Amino acid sequence: MIKLLKNLMKSPMFVVGIAIFILSLLIAIFGPVFYNVDINARDIVAGPYAPSSSEHLLGTDHLGRDYVSLLIAGLRSSLYVGLIAGIIATTIGVFIGLFGGFRGGWIDEVLNMGTNLFIVIPQFVILVLISSAVKEGRSLTLIGLIIGLTSWSWSARSVRAQASSLRSRDHIALAKMNGDGNLKILIKHVLPYLLSYVFMVFIMQVSSGILSEASISMIGLGPLDSTSLGIILNQAKDNGALSDSIWIAFLPATLVITLTVFALYLINTSMEGVFNPRLRK
Amino acid sequence: MSDVVLEVDHLSLHYLSRFGEKFHAVRDVSFTVSKGEVLGIAGESGCGKSTLVSGLMGMCIPPLHVTSGDVRINGESLMNRSVEDVRANVLAQKISMIPQGAFNTLNPVRKIKDSAADVFYAHQKAGQRLSRAEINDRIFDRFDELGMETKRILNSYPIQLTAGERQRSVIGISTLLNPEIVIADEPTSALDVSTQKEVITMIFDLLNKGIFSSMIFITHELPLLYHVADDIAIMYKGQFVERGTSEQIVKNPQHDYTKMLMKAMVRCDYVK
Amino acid sequence: MSNENKPVVFHADNISKSFNAGKHLKVAVKNASFDIYDGDFVSIVGSSGCGKSVLAKMMLGLYPPTSGDFTYYGKPIANTKKHWNEVQSIFQDPFSCFNQFFSIRTQLEDARFILNPRPSRAEFAERVDAGLRAVNMEPNEIREKYPFELSGGQMQRMLIARAFALRPKVLIADEPTSMVDAHVRAGILDYLMKIKKELNMTVVFITHDISLANYVSNRIFIMHDGQIVNQGTPDEVLGTTTEPTTLKLLDDIPDVNKQEWIPNSHLARKAKIAENA
Repeated sequence: MIKLLKNLMKSPMFVVGIAIFILSLLIAIFGPVFYNVDINARDIVAGPYAPSSSEHLLGTDHLGRDYVSLLIAGLRSSLYVGLIAGIIATTIGVFIGLFGGFRGGWIDEVLNMGTNLFIVIPQFVILVLISSAVKEGRSLTLIGLIIGLTSWSWSARSVRAQASSLRSRDHIALAKMNGDGNLKILIKHVLPYLLSYVFMVFIMQVSSGILSEASISMIGLGPLDSTSLGIILNQAKDNGALSDSIWIAFLPATLVITLTVFALYLINTSMEGVFNPRLRK
Repeated sequence: MSDVVLEVDHLSLHYLSRFGEKFHAVRDVSFTVSKGEVLGIAGESGCGKSTLVSGLMGMCIPPLHVTSGDVRINGESLMNRSVEDVRANVLAQKISMIPQGAFNTLNPVRKIKDSAADVFYAHQKAGQRLSRAEINDRIFDRFDELGMETKRILNSYPIQLTAGERQRSVIGISTLLNPEIVIADEPTSALDVSTQKEVITMIFDLLNKGIFSSMIFITHELPLLYHVADDIAIMYKGQFVERGTSEQIVKNPQHDYTKMLMKAMVRCDYVK
Repeated sequence: MSNENKPVVFHADNISKSFNAGKHLKVAVKNASFDIYDGDFVSIVGSSGCGKSVLAKMMLGLYPPTSGDFTYYGKPIANTKKHWNEVQSIFQDPFSCFNQFFSIRTQLEDARFILNPRPSRAEFAERVDAGLRAVNMEPNEIREKYPFELSGGQMQRMLIARAFALRPKVLIADEPTSMVDAHVRAGILDYLMKIKKELNMTVVFITHDISLANYVSNRIFIMHDGQIVNQGTPDEVLGTTTEPTTLKLLDDIPDVNKQEWIPNSHLARKAKIAENA
C-alpha cells in the first residue's frame, strides 16, 4: 500500500490532481474558519453586485451576500453531493457487476439486461423528473441519492466485463482446488484485479455526480436546503446576470467546478498506469 | 554454397540496467549463412537466442546495446543505423522473422488480408505505390501458391482460424516481400506435433520455391533441428559452443553441453 | 501386467460433454468409456482440440458430464474439497494459473489448505522447497518473485512443484512440460515417475507427444475428435497398430532415426543427391 502511494507520487499528473483535490477539500471544510463571513448576511451598504473590496474579496451577489463565503459553502455542498452519489453508484454498480459477471448463467443475463436498460434511459431526464416530483423535501442528501441511483449502470457494466473475463482463468480453478470458498476467491482472486477499476469508477462517479448536481441546480431543480455551486449559477441566471453580462456571477463558480472535476480526472488517469503491477515493475 | 547472405562478425550485445550494470547476453558470436543454407540454433531458454535475433534484425532498442561487432546482410551493415531506417529499408525485404506466438503478431480486429496488406503499405517507396487491388492480387496469388484455402483464410479474423492456420498465415505474411533470409524463432513450439509438421512443410515449400533463400531456425528441440537444418550451432550462455552439420551434432556431439542435450532427449522406439 | 485385481479409480461409461458455442452445440468429448486403475500411469494423447483437456477437467470435477456415468472409486465425481484432497492437477496454461497480485511463493504454499490432515506451514514450505529443487528451480531465487517476472517454462515448473508438494493420490497433468526446455523435460518426467512409484500415485498424463507418453506410461489412450480411438499398453497401442490417428501421431514426430520426416526437407534432398551420385 505504501509502495503504491510512493509510485503514485512519482506521477506528476497524480501529484497535481491530488494537490488540487485536497486543497478544495480543505477549503470546503476549514474555509469558514479563516474566512468567516455569514453567507446569509446581506451587505446593503455595499449593495448588489458590489465590486471586490477588502471586506468582500470577490464582491457580492445580487442580494449583497459575500461571494467568497458563498463559493466555500457551494464547494462543500457539491463535494458532499458528489461523494454520496459516487458511493451509492459505485456500490450498486460493483455489486451487480461482480455478482453477475462472476456467477454467469441466467442471473448474469437478467442483471445485464437491467444494466443495459439503465444505460439507454437518458439519465438526465430521469433526474429532472424525479427532482421536480419531490417538491418540498428536496434536500442535498436526496439529490445525491437520486444521482447515485440513476448513474450506477456504467460502473456495473465495466466491472461485469472484467469479472466475467476473470472467471475463465485457471487461477480461479486452482484456488478452488486449494480449497478456497467462494467468498475467499472473490476477495483474494477476483477483487484485486478489479480494485484499480473500482477506484477509478468511483472517482468518475464522484466527478459526474458533481457535474450532474450543477446541471440540475442550474435549471432550478437543485436542493432547497443549501447553497451549492449549481445554485449560485442558477441564482445568477435568474437575476439577470446573463443579460447584464456580470461575469463575476458565473466565472468563479464555474471555475471551481471545472478545477475539482479536472483534479479528479487527473487522479483517475494517473492511477491507471500505477495500479497494474505489470506496468509498475 | 559460396554466396554469403548473412555475416555476423564478433557480435557482442549487452543489456544496460537502470543502475548502469551491464548484462552480456551475447558474447563474441561469429557465423555466416550462405545462400540456400538453413542454420539451426539450439539452446535453453535464457541462453541469449532471442537477444541474438534482435541483434541480427538490427533492432537494438535500449536497454539492449551493441558492445562490439557487426552484422552484414549482402555486405550491407546493420549496425549504427537508426531503428526507423532498418525497419523501412531492411526488415521484410531482406530479413524477416517468423515469431513464436501467432496470436501476438496478428491484430485481432483485422482480417488476415488487411494485416497482409499492411506489409506492403509499410514498405512502399515513393513513386512505386501499389493500388489496393494490386496488393490484394499479390496476396491472393501468394497464398494460392502456398496451397492454402486462400479465400476463407484471408477473409477471416485470427480468432476464426486454427492455431496451425494462424501460424501459416503469419509465415505467408512475413515472407510476402521475398526476403533474402528468414529467422524462425521457435515457430512451432506452441503447436502440437501434427500441426508442427504442417508448418515446417510449408516453410520448406517456401524455401524450395525460392521465395526466400536462407533461414535461421531457432528451437530447443534437437530432433526437429536435425530434420530442418543443414548446420546446427549450439548456444550456451551467450556463446556458440559448437557448430557442425546436423549429422555431426546429433550423431557425434563434441562439447559436453551438446552431449548432455542429446542424452536428455526423450526417444520412442516405436517411431520408425 | 494385469489390472483385474486392482481397484478402479476412474470409471467412465459412455460419457459425453458438450458446450454451448453460440447457436450450436460443441461436443468436446463423445461417448468415451474407460477404466483407470489404482497405480496406473495413463497417457491421453491427441492433437489440440481433440477434447483431452476437457476430459482432464471432468476428472477434476470442474465440468460435470453432459451424459453418461463418470465415477471416482465408485462414487460420482463432485467438485468438492474432499475430491481435491485426493485428486490434484497441473493445468495446461501456466500464464493464467497464478494471481498476479501475490508472490508465487505464497500461492504455492496456499495449496496446503486443501490437505486433510493439514500439514503445518513450515512442513509444507519444506515440501514446496523439495518440489522446486526437483524441477531445477532454486527456492531462494523465486522467494519474492511475482508471476509476471517468470517465463512460461518457469511457471509451468512451479505448477509441477505444487503438485509434488501436495502428493495427491491422483494427479492429472495436462501438458505439464509443454513450455519447459527439451533437456529439462526428461529430468522432470523421471522425477514424476520416481515420486509416483514412491507414493503409489495414479497419474493421468495428457500430451500431444506420443514419445513422451511412451516414455512415462503403462497405458495409453489415443483421442481424436472427442473419441477415444485406441487404448491399451504402449506395446498394444504403438507396436502393431493400424489405427490411423495413432499412425499419424507416430508419423509426425521428428525423430533422429527417421530418414525422411518431411518430404521436401534438406535431409530428404541430401539423401536423394547421395542416391543419385
